[in-house]
Amino acid sequence: MGMTMTQKILAAHAGLESVAAGQLIEAKLDVVMANDITGPMALPIVKQMSDKVFDKDKVVFVPDHFTPNKDIKSAENSKAIREYAKEQGLSWYFEQGKSGVEHAILPEAGVVAAGECIIGADSHTCTYGALGAFSTGVGTTDIATGMAMGELWFKVPSAIKFVLTGKPGPYVTGKDIIIHIIGKIGVDGALYKSMEFVGDGIANLTMDDRFTMANMAIEAGAKNGIFPVDDRTEKYLKEHTKKEYKVYSADEDAQYDDVVRIDLSEVRPTVAFPHLPGNAKTIDEIEAMDPIWIDQVVIGSCTNGRITDMRKAAAILKGHTVHPDVRVMVVPATQKIYKQCIAEGLVDIFIDAGCAVNTPSCGPCMGGHMGVMAAGEKCVSTTNRNFVGRMGHVESLIYLASPEVAAASAIAGRIANPEKVGDR
Amino acid sequence: MRALGHVFKYGDNVDTDVIIPARYLNSFDAQELASHAMVDIDPDFVKKVQPGDLIVANKNFGCGSSREHAPLCLKTAGVSCVIAETFARIFYRNAINIGLPIIECPEAAKGIDAGDEVEIDFDSGKIYNRTKGTEFQGQPFPEFMQKLIAAGGLVKYTNSKK
Repeated sequence: MGMTMTQKILAAHAGLESVAAGQLIEAKLDVVMANDITGPMALPIVKQMSDKVFDKDKVVFVPDHFTPNKDIKSAENSKAIREYAKEQGLSWYFEQGKSGVEHAILPEAGVVAAGECIIGADSHTCTYGALGAFSTGVGTTDIATGMAMGELWFKVPSAIKFVLTGKPGPYVTGKDIIIHIIGKIGVDGALYKSMEFVGDGIANLTMDDRFTMANMAIEAGAKNGIFPVDDRTEKYLKEHTKKEYKVYSADEDAQYDDVVRIDLSEVRPTVAFPHLPGNAKTIDEIEAMDPIWIDQVVIGSCTNGRITDMRKAAAILKGHTVHPDVRVMVVPATQKIYKQCIAEGLVDIFIDAGCAVNTPSCGPCMGGHMGVMAAGEKCVSTTNRNFVGRMGHVESLIYLASPEVAAASAIAGRIANPEKVGDR
Repeated sequence: MRALGHVFKYGDNVDTDVIIPARYLNSFDAQELASHAMVDIDPDFVKKVQPGDLIVANKNFGCGSSREHAPLCLKTAGVSCVIAETFARIFYRNAINIGLPIIECPEAAKGIDAGDEVEIDFDSGKIYNRTKGTEFQGQPFPEFMQKLIAAGGLVKYTNSKK
């Protein structure tokens, strides 16, 4: 029986000719990553298994969640992983000021590549599926075991195939497409499964669109999201990594639990309303409602903090000012992206419009710091989760959107259509 | 092994941000985390929960972040078992890895209400609702996971293989 793309990568890493959905395997790991929340908790567990990590080139730490450290406890946690990385002689330790948000910096620095088997102690580790890798989020005990042993058990997932055709409209991005998809299948629509994206529409998606879409596979409950490797992927890999990589593709007779067809030309700018990423409403539906006045906008994160996102937000904000009742946090996801924003004049556009431009950090996305909300406040955010209390007070509300919708909303003071920014 | 306690009942998609909000994740001390368990969905939970009590929920329990702090805070707060229609996959793995018993059982999730007294026989997977006099059969764990649980979690299992 044929295998999906995910199954082929897993079979290769388990040293097996073939695997089938539901099979329990032990697979070798190419990258094992943790951050400043999950990493410190893993260290005492690693030490119960081994004095040394399995491979100093494959174990990675990124302090990005509560950094620059917001309080003493967070500082102690960052210190613990910093010292451990030094003691173990790790090749990849990403310090503040030299790196950024984990799921943006790992592809950018060439740590992850196509065909790899990757785990990260962060649920959005599924981002690297954009590069044609198997990549999934795990907890602390799993990551500790991966760090010590270099392998981990997996249940081989079945898959849903998403056939993408057509070309998205000018204000439709990977964010709109993935919110549209989660709205269609539900927040547990791909529970335990792979989301395998195929179809000629993928050629119309930038790498940044694909990172955004793979990033949010977890919001449909998926184990991983994965894209085929095409010319654009190979160009990205050649520009970013020195690693040898391997290209896998699904067998023609691979079995899928379901096939979902999406015509990208029909997807509209789409926003996820509180309190689920699957609570999708198109901009047209929103325009037919009473205005939703907002207090805050966040543009950044592992979902939408890349250079394409910054350019799109800046193109909307250029020559406009942020609504007097709204505060805006723009957070480029890495130092390199931040520098590009400066070089291209985007930071001037943001600051002239009245935005705060913050240093790379996960900060506001999970209510950590640098943008925590008070009771009753509403935020349009380019992040990935709009759960109760995610960005602060339990009575604050989060609307997930693309950088363009977020920028248009920042100007209008309410959730707004980026197609109509010039119309006022 | 058996569990016996009263039930806290929740709905669909109970996420890890409400089980243990990120503002408390600057610590991984189990007792401290337990003192904030479920605070954003049920502020009275930590005041009311007794050792042995159970959580029963509907679909996709534990969705969201990979924070192992979530099953850890529930276990430390005294929760003896979580029964749900389905679990989010990272929470499922984390719960097994730290030794918080979880059972997938859609019938039990529907047939048990808040406050019911429920007993579980983990060996047979049988769930008894003592309040209503009903009985449910939970899904048994696959053999590999039973081995993991019998070894006392993933770390002990890994060390036993060396």
